[in-house]
Amino acid sequence: MSMEWYLVVSAFVFCIGAGGILVRRNPLVILLCLELMLNAANLALVTFARAHGNQDGQIFAIIVMVVAACEVTIGLGLIVALYRRRLPIDVDELRELQG
Amino acid sequence: MSLEAYGWLILLCPLAGTVLIGLTSQILPQKVHGAIGTLAIFGSFLSAVGGLFALQDLPKEERQVVAVAWDYLKTSGVDAELSLLLDPLSIFMALTVAGVSTLIHVYSLGYMASDRGYSRFFAYLNFFVFSMLLLVLAGNFVLLIVGWAFVGAASYMLISFWYRRRTATEAGIKAFVINVVGDIGLVLGTYFIFKHVGTLDFLKTFERVPQEFSRNDGDLVAGCLLLLVGAFAKSAQIPFHTWLPDAMEGPTPVSALIHAATMVTAGVYLIARMHPLFEQAPAAADVGAIVGCATLLVAATIGLVVTDLKRVIAYSTMSQIGYMVMAVSSAAYSAGLFHLMTHAFFKALLFMAAGSVIAAMAGNQNLDRMGGFRKVMPFTFGCMIVGGLALSGFPGLSGFFSKDEILSLIAARGDWHVVLAALGFVGSLMTAVYTFRMIFRAFYGDMVPEAKELADGHLHHPAVPTNPVSGEEEDYEVGFPGPDHHIAEHTLSMKVAMGSLAVLAIVGGLLQVPKVSHVLHDFLAPTFEASRFYEGLEPTDSLTYLAMALGGALALLGIFIAYTLWVKQPERPASIRDRLGAPHRLFVNKWYFDELIDTVIVRPFAWFGRFARNTFERIFVNGALVGGTTVGVRAGSAAVRAAQSGFLRSYAALLLVGVVVVGIYFLVVAR
Amino acid sequence: MAEVVFFIAAIGAIAGALGTVALRNPFYSVLSLVCHLLALAALFLLLRAEFVAAAQVVVYAGAVMVLYVFVAAYVVGGDEPLGGTPGPGLRGVSVLFAGALLVVLCIATLGSGLSALGQEGAGFFPAFGSPKEIGRLLLTKFLLPFEVASFLLLVAAVGSVMLARRRSGLESAEAISVGDLFATIEPGDRTGTLTGAPAGTQLEAQEPVQK
Repeated sequence: MSMEWYLVVSAFVFCIGAGGILVRRNPLVILLCLELMLNAANLALVTFARAHGNQDGQIFAIIVMVVAACEVTIGLGLIVALYRRRLPIDVDELRELQG
Repeated sequence: MSLEAYGWLILLCPLAGTVLIGLTSQILPQKVHGAIGTLAIFGSFLSAVGGLFALQDLPKEERQVVAVAWDYLKTSGVDAELSLLLDPLSIFMALTVAGVSTLIHVYSLGYMASDRGYSRFFAYLNFFVFSMLLLVLAGNFVLLIVGWAFVGAASYMLISFWYRRRTATEAGIKAFVINVVGDIGLVLGTYFIFKHVGTLDFLKTFERVPQEFSRNDGDLVAGCLLLLVGAFAKSAQIPFHTWLPDAMEGPTPVSALIHAATMVTAGVYLIARMHPLFEQAPAAADVGAIVGCATLLVAATIGLVVTDLKRVIAYSTMSQIGYMVMAVSSAAYSAGLFHLMTHAFFKALLFMAAGSVIAAMAGNQNLDRMGGFRKVMPFTFGCMIVGGLALSGFPGLSGFFSKDEILSLIAARGDWHVVLAALGFVGSLMTAVYTFRMIFRAFYGDMVPEAKELADGHLHHPAVPTNPVSGEEEDYEVGFPGPDHHIAEHTLSMKVAMGSLAVLAIVGGLLQVPKVSHVLHDFLAPTFEASRFYEGLEPTDSLTYLAMALGGALALLGIFIAYTLWVKQPERPASIRDRLGAPHRLFVNKWYFDELIDTVIVRPFAWFGRFARNTFERIFVNGALVGGTTVGVRAGSAAVRAAQSGFLRSYAALLLVGVVVVGIYFLVVAR
Repeated sequence: MAEVVFFIAAIGAIAGALGTVALRNPFYSVLSLVCHLLALAALFLLLRAEFVAAAQVVVYAGAVMVLYVFVAAYVVGGDEPLGGTPGPGLRGVSVLFAGALLVVLCIATLGSGLSALGQEGAGFFPAFGSPKEIGRLLLTKFLLPFEVASFLLLVAAVGSVMLARRRSGLESAEAISVGDLFATIEPGDRTGTLTGAPAGTQLEAQEPVQK
């Protein structure tokens, strides 16, 4: 398969993730959509690694996975902290940083 | 020591004096400050004497020395250094200024002894002398302007010395404002000359003037007229004279120093120094002569009717400076400067004696309330008589020789200058009349209560100190005069100073007795060697003797008239006043100059200021500019604030939109 | 053969993504994402990135998703209604934006005239994408990112512990004494989440014990 196909798939997944962030209200699901976007980026990176013939893209993808893991950790910790304080788990309700 | 060293020393002594007094004002006792101030000026005088000898040691051709310290103001086209021009004229002025200032400092030691601001007074006096010396020793236009401005500032500080007196501060402001008008004239005049000559140094300017300017060249005449504006403002000539009578609010030593001997002579010095320019622009010089003549007449007429003792002397100063201005504008340089010197002696003496009388009157200066001090204040009376005789031109005293030399030289110029000379003689008659009017009214007649108290042996003190002019209540703390008043009879320092000046007023004329001695003329020759008139203008013998005779006769006539009117027949002046009602009103109202300036200048400015504040500032600046900016910023930030809603998803949406836009941009650009 | 696998994996990936976004129950969204991840691993294999594919399955689908499962179970967030978002009413507009982004990306990749994309890829050597090669690169050319990534992991771990701990005062972490472990259990004393332990001697993971 030529590389374009993989990139189109990556684009689709990315946009689905982006749309999901805008549509859903549950922060957990928003984080999941964020994962989607990161994975789409990973796919693009690996594709280009294959296209260039060196493995730098794959290393990049591994580091992205590390970053995603860290970000998930923190994000979920935030959600747990929210839940502990009996705050609504809804991003539309959590809007004190405004003005 | 070399001449340059003496020159710098002349300047540094008073500067050191003022700085030292200023720095130690809280540390050292008052008396020490008085001593420091006086010694500083005395040091300056000694340096001037040393400079005189050093100058005379040089051969005649080399007697114009420029002493340079460092570059002062060098930019493109402007080349001013911190330089002094040491030549006979400047040494002469330095000697006069420093010498008379020393005596006035000695006088102040006694006169201001009980004033709470004693140290401040001496600091200011020293600063003033420094500024004046800077002015006369300056070697280029820039330093001249600096000295000129400093002198104006020092004058303001000293006139408003009793700063809690509203009348004094108002007088100080009036003097300062008019001086600034003169400063503007001076600077603009400098520019007009600099435009063509290209240098600010005096000697270089004078060299280039004949080449750059034709006779009566437009720019040169304009420049010289502007210089004259500066000179007139400083020397209280018409129409810039209105500050001088008000300046009598200052303490008497201030009047003696600034408004008799030094600051008001700065204008005369300026014209004399700039003589190459004025000789190349005779139109301007003629204007100077006419204004000088007008001033001496107007001032003399006002002096005949004024009732304030110090103001009589002030108008007398104005009148005598009119003589000097007339003289140096008509190229009678050495005569004008000779009169400057003798006038410094006898006018300072008159002011000092007046100060003594005013002290006996506990601050009151009104002639109507004075009388009969002759017996109780003999020393003061004697000094006053000496000064008055010298001023009137009594034969044999200094004023006689100097004034008559001026008038004879002006008459020798020929054509219409003869009219000026004739008017000068009319003025000298009036001078004698008003001078002795003042003396007879203050010292003769019935003894007023203050004189009677003095006869009993103690000075009069008012129960509550008041402002003698406006009657407002005062006290004795800083900002008002001190509790004690000092008269010459009781105070040694005052006696020393007045006595020295009296001697000088008597013998000073011997420097230039016609046909006998011409010390000053020879001394000043190197400065004026480029002048067409200096050596050439010589009155004939008959003219000289005529002038002397006429001058002496007029002086005696004037004294006789005054004696008749104010001693022999005291009721005559009242009847004369009634008969000559209209002229009398004109003179009493000072020829309405104050009202004229008020209407023409002050009111429009005040109106404009009010307009600017109410209309322009309020509506345009506050409303449109400031208010509009605030409203605009508020609206803009309110609009932007709407984007910070707190909704996470709207932020994400904005991000996405941004990414799309960037993507489109790069797609388009990459095409 | 490769094309068939590609299409299956691609459809699986997109379906998984759609499921993540569309499913109402967050738990189901997590599971859908797991499917997506597995499909993506297949795609990686097709691209000769064996190590990355393995990491994807083990780390991402294995560890990260398990984390999500735990939190999804803990946070009892209700099923979300589909409509009725009183917020800025973005739903329709946001789909539009996402669509716009898709269009832009497709134009970028397909229409951009990058000829190399239209091919099968550059030549590669047999060990391309193997752990040996990845490891070699990580320890030579990309040593710094490797170390920084490990540091990042440490920071994230510490941070999440700080975030999620209970904050009601600094409760003294009551030490468990050996005696507690061997304490006899009274029959009527069954309270708390851990059987046999008297309430208050061990840190409770959930709300304070209601007696």
